[in-house]
Amino acid sequence: MSTSTARARSRALTATIGAALGVGALITAFPFFWMLLTSVKPQRESIDFPPSILPQEPTFEWYVRLFTELDFARYLGNTVIVVLFGFVGLLLMAMAGYAFAKFDFRGRRWMFFLVLATMMIPVQVTMIPTYLILNGMKLTNTLLGIALPTLVTGFSIFLFRQFMSTIPTEMLEAARIDGAGEFRIFFRIVLPMSGPILAVQVVLTFIGGWNSFLWPLIIASDQKLYTLSVGLALLNQQLAVNPSLQMAAASVMVVPILVVFVVFQRYVIQGFALSGLK
Amino acid sequence: MRNRLVPYLFVSPAMILLLAFGILPIGVAAVISTTNMNISAFASWSNVDFVGLDNYATLFADKDFWQALGNTGFFAVIGVPSIVVVSLVVALLLNRGQGRFFRALRSFYFIPAITAIVAVALVWGYLYNTQFGLFNYLLSLVGVEPVQWLSDPWLSKFSVALVAIWRGTGLNIIIFLAALQGVPKEYLEAASLDGAGGLRQTWSITIPLLRFAIFFVSVTTTISWLQFFDEPFVLTDGGPLGATTSASIFLYKEGFRLNQFGYASAGSIVLFAIIAIITIVQLRLRRADDEY
Repeated sequence: MSTSTARARSRALTATIGAALGVGALITAFPFFWMLLTSVKPQRESIDFPPSILPQEPTFEWYVRLFTELDFARYLGNTVIVVLFGFVGLLLMAMAGYAFAKFDFRGRRWMFFLVLATMMIPVQVTMIPTYLILNGMKLTNTLLGIALPTLVTGFSIFLFRQFMSTIPTEMLEAARIDGAGEFRIFFRIVLPMSGPILAVQVVLTFIGGWNSFLWPLIIASDQKLYTLSVGLALLNQQLAVNPSLQMAAASVMVVPILVVFVVFQRYVIQGFALSGLK
Repeated sequence: MRNRLVPYLFVSPAMILLLAFGILPIGVAAVISTTNMNISAFASWSNVDFVGLDNYATLFADKDFWQALGNTGFFAVIGVPSIVVVSLVVALLLNRGQGRFFRALRSFYFIPAITAIVAVALVWGYLYNTQFGLFNYLLSLVGVEPVQWLSDPWLSKFSVALVAIWRGTGLNIIIFLAALQGVPKEYLEAASLDGAGGLRQTWSITIPLLRFAIFFVSVTTTISWLQFFDEPFVLTDGGPLGATTSASIFLYKEGFRLNQFGYASAGSIVLFAIIAIITIVQLRLRRADDEY
């Protein structure tokens, strides 16, 4: 067999594989296309049989209804607040990671052991006691209560520590000699130098907070405190006859994440690859 | 003196939260599991009695708990091999091309992993709908009668698992792709010079070199299937007739619908023990595998 035919063969094989993967990718992403297409169909079209692929008379009435007749503006606001709480948690975890990376203090070893230990405990075990603890603190039915259980995770502290260990100690010492305060050093030197890991964690925190479902479901019993995910689950039970409205609501939840993903793809994939390593 | 306090200032806010919501709950769960605590405890703590191991005894006699454990095992047996094989195959194929097209495809496979489960479940519920769902329409094109995707006790297990498999592959594809970066090109070139074909190279060189990644993905995927919750919760609420009630859904219902905190805590400790034992066994098998 000559090299040129072998090369042509190999190229044909790559093209075939590419085509197969392309079809697979379209099938994988199909539910999202179907969601977006249905969200702009009139109700009659969305329950038509046989279904039409493209909307015949596109309408945005369902999006309008979500925010006027239904309470989705409030759910959206609550979701944003939960995400913002998550960012506060991120700052606390960065601080802890810094302490573990750059200070020698009593109790460091066993504290770090606890940090690692929490990574192995499934949420089912902590679900009920955490609810009871929050109830004891009178924080059930508050947005803070929704955010608290996942505010700090051992894994993120661990990642911050790993990354911040690589910051040269001499730089911190130099700043101390120049008279900089410890918090100033943290905010002006340590955080800016931790850019890559911060970017990854900010994106992951956003996605996690935005999508979080279990804690809002358990903690929020008042409809005023529902997040998008809980509001959406409610829609599932109440309005089984209007797929268009459901798909519009699902789109409200999914599209921002898709935008974040497209813009910050590198950080998202890097972050998930790292979090897969826990 | 001031300097010695500094690390504690940095570390304590996060540590306090971690202790309160990561460590303390385990102890609380263990204690509650030996009581008959339910909603009446909120009225007065005197309504809570120590019952020893009664909850555990009741649990092991509870048909529903065994059904939930059986379902969880079934889901794991279906789900783990599917996810490992599908994500490995897709990653191997994706790794073949390095162009922009192949990189763009990665994103498509990854999207299900980052989108909200509630939204995803709503979309799949619509696709699965018996009367006007797209799947039944596609079946009708080839002359198959409408199928009860989510209300048939047997089929619903597969329908729910399919959504979770669809959602679970993206992350593992990324992990396999990262591991594939570490396969030395020289090995493959040498094999190619010896006349080994692409399939043979993959089977005899690449896959053995990926052993650790495959093991890692298997362990993490097993753990996540043993905790299986979101998909059946939103799609079927554990029905029909408990056919898709996983152990986690059983615990959620006992805890938050029936407010049997003591009973549910006992169940959660049992589930935790099962997950821990299976993980340890997997780690042991891995070690034995390394020795030969």
